[in-house]
Amino acid sequence: MDHIAELLVLTLAAGTPLVFAALGELVTEKSGVLNLGVEGMMLVGAVAAFAVAATTRNPWLGVAAGMLAGAALSLVFAVITLSLMANQVASGLALSLFGVGLSAFVGLPYVSIVIDGLKPLSISGLSDLPLVGKLLFGHNPLVYLSFLLFVAIQWFLYRTRPGLVVRAVGESPQSAHAIGYPVVRIRYLAVLFGGACSGLGGAYLAVAYTPLWVEGMTAGRGWIALALVVFATWKPWRVLAGAYLFGGVTLAQFQAQALGVEMPSQVLSMLPYLATIVVLALISRDAITIRLNAPASLGKPFHPGS
Amino acid sequence: MHHPQRRQALIAAAALAAAVVAASLPVSAQQAAPATASAPFKVGYVYVSPIGDAGWTFQHDTGRKEMEKALAGKVTTKYVESVPEGADAERVIRELAQSGNQIIFTTSFGYMNPTLKVAKAFPKTDFEHATGYKTDANVGVYNARFYEGRYLAGQVAGKMTKSNVAGYVAAFPIPEVVMGINAFARGMRSVNPKAEVKVVWVNSWYDPGRESEAANTLVSQGADVLTHHTDSTAAVQAAEAKKVYAIGYHSDMSKYGPHAHLTAVTHQWGAYYTKAVQDAMAGTWKPGTTWGGIKEGMIKMAPFNPVVPKETQDLVNKTAADIGAGKFHPFTGPVKDNEGKERLAAGKVISDADLSKMDYYVEGVQGKLPTSK
Amino acid sequence: MRIRLEPRPEPSRLAGWLSPLAAAAATLVVGFLLFSALGKNPWQAFHVFFVKPVATLYGLGELLLKAGPLMLCAVGLAAGYRANVWNIGAEGQLTMGAIFGGGVALAFHDSTSPLVLPAMIVAGALGGMAWAAIPAFLRTRFNANEILVSLMLVYVATYTLSLLVHGPWRDPEGFNFPQSKLFNDVALLPNLLPETRLNRGFLLALAAIAAGWVFMSKSLVGYQMRVAGLAPAAANYAGISATRTVWFGMLAGGACAGLAGVNEIAGPLGQLQPSVSPGYGFAAIIVAFVGRLHPLGILFASLLMSLLYLGGESAQMGLALPSAVTGLFQGALLFFLLASDVFINYRLRVLRSPRSPSASGRSPLPRAGR
Repeated sequence: MDHIAELLVLTLAAGTPLVFAALGELVTEKSGVLNLGVEGMMLVGAVAAFAVAATTRNPWLGVAAGMLAGAALSLVFAVITLSLMANQVASGLALSLFGVGLSAFVGLPYVSIVIDGLKPLSISGLSDLPLVGKLLFGHNPLVYLSFLLFVAIQWFLYRTRPGLVVRAVGESPQSAHAIGYPVVRIRYLAVLFGGACSGLGGAYLAVAYTPLWVEGMTAGRGWIALALVVFATWKPWRVLAGAYLFGGVTLAQFQAQALGVEMPSQVLSMLPYLATIVVLALISRDAITIRLNAPASLGKPFHPGS
Repeated sequence: MHHPQRRQALIAAAALAAAVVAASLPVSAQQAAPATASAPFKVGYVYVSPIGDAGWTFQHDTGRKEMEKALAGKVTTKYVESVPEGADAERVIRELAQSGNQIIFTTSFGYMNPTLKVAKAFPKTDFEHATGYKTDANVGVYNARFYEGRYLAGQVAGKMTKSNVAGYVAAFPIPEVVMGINAFARGMRSVNPKAEVKVVWVNSWYDPGRESEAANTLVSQGADVLTHHTDSTAAVQAAEAKKVYAIGYHSDMSKYGPHAHLTAVTHQWGAYYTKAVQDAMAGTWKPGTTWGGIKEGMIKMAPFNPVVPKETQDLVNKTAADIGAGKFHPFTGPVKDNEGKERLAAGKVISDADLSKMDYYVEGVQGKLPTSK
Repeated sequence: MRIRLEPRPEPSRLAGWLSPLAAAAATLVVGFLLFSALGKNPWQAFHVFFVKPVATLYGLGELLLKAGPLMLCAVGLAAGYRANVWNIGAEGQLTMGAIFGGGVALAFHDSTSPLVLPAMIVAGALGGMAWAAIPAFLRTRFNANEILVSLMLVYVATYTLSLLVHGPWRDPEGFNFPQSKLFNDVALLPNLLPETRLNRGFLLALAAIAAGWVFMSKSLVGYQMRVAGLAPAAANYAGISATRTVWFGMLAGGACAGLAGVNEIAGPLGQLQPSVSPGYGFAAIIVAFVGRLHPLGILFASLLMSLLYLGGESAQMGLALPSAVTGLFQGALLFFLLASDVFINYRLRVLRSPRSPSASGRSPLPRAGR
């Protein structure tokens, strides 16, 4: 039984970077902007978080730095796509590629450096309770933050006026503009928020999950996060479920190996990616659902007055 | 309206302009080599990964620095890091040869064919390829008997484990890794016959994220001593976080896990490099097939964590001395694979050839080797 | 004083041609500043980066050797991008092409027939196409986003290659190391330029460029693809099938990437290894954009990109600069291109302050509610 609790804790920990990045991208997409640069923003967040954590010896400062770095990179994207009206798909790709290169470059002095990362909670007494102890009180602090983020975003989008405005901007920017809402500014904020969350996801990887820096350490998680948003039909609770599902599949390959399952490890390693494809196909197949749930103006540039 | 001529002319003009600008840029003189009575002997190194603070390349670079110090004033060295294996390696090796390096060490298996190709074009340059198996008139290969250290590591693990399960985070199922796992298992069971080894393949030499996940998985399945055959320190760090033990590889990794780190199997290349370069300088270098171990000083165990009991330390030191003196070989029969088949008769010592082709797990290792037929 | 972006009445052709040059220039400026910041003499650094790698015949051969796969992949990708078919998985299609081509080479390892190499080339193209067919199928039949599917398949292809070279295709004489047997001579591309590594695969790349140009400017399908990309609704109305556009776009990309894969293994590598490409499939995306999705532009962009690769290596050896410099330059180049592309459709207008309308003689422009 304890083994199951342990597995669940590991699964939640593995899914958390996806939760951060996907929730942030969800907000961005809700406002009508498609930002494919998640992988780049995560990496930039990771390297910034690690560098600051290593220099200041304070992992929380690192986390803050990671969020800022992700937001800063997304600002470049925002300027190019929202003010300069460039193609969002190409710009997002450029952001990813650039983020990968920039983070590799900036991170060079930090390879093999050791930091005191953020460790999972260990509250004496509570954390040692059988079964529930670890499950409720044994997570990394950032994992708890991800729960809070989910609650906050769910509440913001569906229970507050500003959240409604964001969704309106995504559904019909022309109408929102006609009513007088500053469409471009709202989108800027949404993009920046998404960037900060991606940066947070990267920071979690570098400062909490595996306190190390290595170039490309996100290993495709940014792209899986993008797929997750579609998989979740733009609903926050589904993002959470999907993230943990994929975290679980990723871990399953190692569990299977350690248990002696006789399948080539490469096949097991492929599973998360194959699973993403299958899920994507199944979810997208229902074009009606997609059309109903995807923000109507997703990916289209906004021209005031056109 | 198409004006293909004008379009092409524009492009051609732009390219030409760029070329003219580039060609006419002032170039400051390159750093001149220090002028000595006889020009220093140039030695080149090709590394597959960044040097970093620990790991495969770090140890090679440490060896390079030791050689430089031992032959101070007589050599200059040049290294190139993070050279990917594959088509690009040939160009880098060639550039090193072209720029006057007289002996070049290529420190990864994947450089084998590129090294051979360049060696053919530069017959007067000496080449040494690490972990390879093809030699030529001016190409030698060198390697270390990591498995000797692994056996000793296994002894430590066997004595320190309470759950009798060790976890091994491994990169790829190549012979070198497999013989390490097997030696580790044999060492472990020589002091603890109930001990078992669980292996997880991460399919990467350097991926701390996956290595961490693999390590955590092994711990969740009962392993309380971890070791690894990967290039990052993630396994040791995971052990520290989970409060289990770890044995490092390539380098002393105690700073990554002060409580967890029991010892490490370290690689020592300095003495070999010094000798090879000295031979090359004297003109007596010959292409060889070197496979050195504890005896030649190429494998050394890192200092023990004080938590390791003295009797264990003594046992390990004695076994090391025996291996070094040729009195003991980690693969002395009977050797059975983990399906019960006998692979080596009692009393026999495994040959180097059989060792290099090892494609089975020994008793005590769980699972089936991915590449065994 | 305000600076505004105003839409142009029609796209500026001049800006279209100047944009890549402006982007390249801006990247060079960034490089200049970067080198200075790192404490290197920027002019010397430029020389080491951009001139030294191609100063010898061997260097020129290497430039063309690396430009070949970039050209091939980019031409195929551009065919799709023009039609808004976003194939991001060229790297995986390249790998599959290498697997298929390598499979043929290994199957006929003992043969000396001159048909082996052509068979490998065809197999490689088919392999890439088969891999690209998956995202095409999933998009047309299930509406699945081809960006994500093609990307996920890159990982699957890489693991498949690893599985093969570790397992069934491993060289039995290779001491269990993950590599296939070395291909024998009939399975290798003949040399094109003595004293260099340039092989005849480069001719395939040039042929692809030529074919791409003909297709794009002269063929009906090419025209239809462009329309589909520029005005999907109009294209639909005109009867241009969206399904066919997607299939064609993906298959073109897959075939070209597959050819690039065969070129690698039948060229500099000479066998199958766990990794057959240093990221050509992704770099080709940048090449396609910097080349303005036009085959001729792609030709020059791949030479530039190839130079960036070689320069990064040269800078590593000659200036002790880290190899990550290359990725930085490549990403920056794409960014600058996207930024300067803006001026194709928009122009800058500098407006006098609305406080002094009488001075400028015009009434202030109406606020557009930004």
